[in-house]
Amino acid sequence: MSAAHDDHHHGPAKGLSRWLFTTNHKDIGTLYLWFSFAMFFLGGTFAMVIRAELFQPGMQLVEPNFFNQMTTMHGLVMVFGAVMPAFVGLANWMIPMMIGAPDMALPRMNNWSFWMLPFAFAMLSSTLFMDAGAPNFGWTFYAPLSTTYAPETVTFFIFAVHVMGASSIMGAINIIATVLNMRAPGMTLMKMPLFVWTWLITAYLLIAVMPVLAGVVTMMLFDVHFGTSFFNAAGGGDPVLFQHVFWFFGHPEVYIMILPAFGVVSTIIPAFSRKRLFGYGSMVYASASIAFLSMIVWAHHMFTVGMPIAGELFFMYATMLISVPTGVKVFNWAATMFKGSLSFETPMLFAIAFVVLFTIGGFTGLMLAITPADFQYHDTYFVVAHFHYVLVPGAVFSIMAAVYYWLPKWTGYMYDERLAKLHFWLSFIGVNVLFFPQHFLGLAGMPRRIPDYALQFADFNWISSIGGFLFGASQLIMLVVVIKCIKGGKKATAQVWDGAKGLEWTVESPAPYHTFTTPPNPDLIETP
Amino acid sequence: MLPKAKLWLALTVAALSLLSTNLQAAWELNMPRGVTQTSREIYDLHMQIIWWCVAIGVVVFGVMLWSTIKYRKSKGAVPANFHESTKVEIIWTIIPFVILILMAVPATQVLTEAYDASESDLDIQITGYQWRWEYRYLRENADEEEVSFFSNLATSREEINNQLPKQENYLLEVDNALVIPVNKKVRFLITSNDVIHAWWVPDFAVKKDAIPGFINEAWTVVEEPGIYRGQCAELCGIDHGFMPVVVHALPQDEYDAWYAGRQEQARAAREQSNNVVTMSDSLAMGEEIYNRTCIACHQAGGAGLAPAFPALAGSSVVNGDLTANIQLVMNGVPGTAMASYARMLSPVELAAIVTYIRNSFGNSTGDLVQPSEVNALLEAQ
Repeated sequence: MSAAHDDHHHGPAKGLSRWLFTTNHKDIGTLYLWFSFAMFFLGGTFAMVIRAELFQPGMQLVEPNFFNQMTTMHGLVMVFGAVMPAFVGLANWMIPMMIGAPDMALPRMNNWSFWMLPFAFAMLSSTLFMDAGAPNFGWTFYAPLSTTYAPETVTFFIFAVHVMGASSIMGAINIIATVLNMRAPGMTLMKMPLFVWTWLITAYLLIAVMPVLAGVVTMMLFDVHFGTSFFNAAGGGDPVLFQHVFWFFGHPEVYIMILPAFGVVSTIIPAFSRKRLFGYGSMVYASASIAFLSMIVWAHHMFTVGMPIAGELFFMYATMLISVPTGVKVFNWAATMFKGSLSFETPMLFAIAFVVLFTIGGFTGLMLAITPADFQYHDTYFVVAHFHYVLVPGAVFSIMAAVYYWLPKWTGYMYDERLAKLHFWLSFIGVNVLFFPQHFLGLAGMPRRIPDYALQFADFNWISSIGGFLFGASQLIMLVVVIKCIKGGKKATAQVWDGAKGLEWTVESPAPYHTFTTPPNPDLIETP
Repeated sequence: MLPKAKLWLALTVAALSLLSTNLQAAWELNMPRGVTQTSREIYDLHMQIIWWCVAIGVVVFGVMLWSTIKYRKSKGAVPANFHESTKVEIIWTIIPFVILILMAVPATQVLTEAYDASESDLDIQITGYQWRWEYRYLRENADEEEVSFFSNLATSREEINNQLPKQENYLLEVDNALVIPVNKKVRFLITSNDVIHAWWVPDFAVKKDAIPGFINEAWTVVEEPGIYRGQCAELCGIDHGFMPVVVHALPQDEYDAWYAGRQEQARAAREQSNNVVTMSDSLAMGEEIYNRTCIACHQAGGAGLAPAFPALAGSSVVNGDLTANIQLVMNGVPGTAMASYARMLSPVELAAIVTYIRNSFGNSTGDLVQPSEVNALLEAQ
């Protein structure tokens, strides 16, 4: 009797076992977010090594081989360790609360899909301490550099990618199952918050492409260990096949990292504009169109491999088309702000910076889509600037916006607004000083992934490095803000932000360990 | 002059000269217009799209900036109620679509022209190696002397490691540049011997991947004589940053003279491989080849870089059977970074490098390899 009673009221378990065995979506969300934060600092450290070496022409700090290991590990850790787990963490925390569900649909799998990640990254990072060194073939690991010519540690890399992929697929299945089955009565699909919508679409993308990534690394494994020649021209294989398979995963992966960001920004901008999101329906359809188009544009990463002209044209046109739904989204955000009643708390600052800087990344994306022009941009710092603009002040800023937005709901305390604004402004200045000059470097002809450069690239490189150090150091402020906010501060109300809408604001702050064990009142559910 | 004043004067002159060299090219913001019709068309396309983006950016960011100034809660702004408009959504779907069509039309035209490599005047095969380029001029008929050579980074390791001041063309200079005639359609047939590289000269707007097992086509018609520099654009391993492309575009008559001279050199090299060489010449030549070709992996002093790149100092191969050693350098070690040098180096050079490694880094076999021995092994294969 007492056991049955406890089942309804138990809080978290004590000590380490709380975190090891938890099936609670909030605990697992917290684990994901802390893990992602740790990986953000690890990947950031690698980036600092890169920027320090590139501060001046000549080789100063590291060997070229170690430099290649740094670029590779930076990319892998940031993509698979920082950005993706951060969004899964936000999904875990917020999706059940946003749709009025008591927890995720598959809580035990949820635990497992998180706990695989630390092992995958421990395995990947351990290669740094091995004789053969870490993977040094770039995060895109083009064969045959990553097969016939790879260091022996490539096997660790392959296994780590398999584990990360399995984790992502399980996370995606969980999100789809939760969103489709566990919505509270009255929460129809077209009443779901956009963050839930964009994550649902993202989850389908993950299930579509993560197995392809698993496939391509398995083919590599066979080439390296079992004598096959999928990618080995000398054995009748095809190195270009690798790129097709990789980018069939890799391009949707880009949208996997940006669609949830769209959801975050579509939540925050209306809240601080005190006005409903403009064009909710078109936002949903635009997200779905972007996801569909993202599956048929992969070879725009391969305009210089020597495709037939018909292929070049198809992938150029398809890629250009993506700017139509993306444009709709940006116009909708601007229209939401127009004639609103705006205030500029930190989440809003990050969200506005997201829209502006992501759009700049979108413009350079459109330029890169133009095949003949891409012959000049391809594999230069222009590309580096482009994808960092969409990923850092894009995806990463949206994650920071989300953390500041929901942190009072998670901890029950308001964060230090002054420190958070300092974090924003230093990050904003840092990120632009870091990445804007890289456009110029690329246009002037500096290839990416080089440890040393010709003298005409010297000035913009040191400027970029200064921006990098500033941006890197500023992130420590966020760590301070988060820790301070967990420890205490001004008590947060349930509503937290006066303009915020959604079910998560109907529960007290901090959110109780179990929320919506009974469904919320359907009258509380409004169309966003 | 006082010593102190002298010092200040020297420093000022040094700073000024540094500044003026910096000002020449260091603050380059944009893509080069280049020296070919294709490169100019691509530049125009690039500028056209930038201006479209600027225009769209001004409108969108303008609305946002206006909103952040005009509709502040702190100024008592009251939010409006509108939240959808099918008409507006349709307008801002159709306008970008029309702009895209305006961009796609010229882009398609430029691409179609850039893809037409037919009717070339001269064909050159470009092969990427870790980490150098090989240029082979395809002959009209088979009894002509063939011109082919390797193009290696000419910047010294001392400059890279900051032991010597860096020259003007730091990392963008090679021992043997590709030479082409101006105003002729030159077709490049691009492939690779090992991993994927990419051959790129920004002034020509030619960038094409060099892929093992594939032959890619690209072409150019250079209109102005000059020296044009580029780099490998695809990550190809340790020395990816150290394999520049340098092209000399010469007027036809100078090109013809250069080509004839190269043919003469090739003939002479073939004959030279029967000469007898001395120890001191071999060691000097071997050291030069080692610093250019081998040092990236086997490192200074033959120390190697464990475990992928074995040390040569005290190596059992280098101190073991001479014929096996020569054959290893000739054929490489399949499945490792050790490439086959049978084509990359001439018989004289192969003999010199083997002599050098067998008598350096503490190795002292005393072996002097003659080019004729290498020739015999090459012919036996």
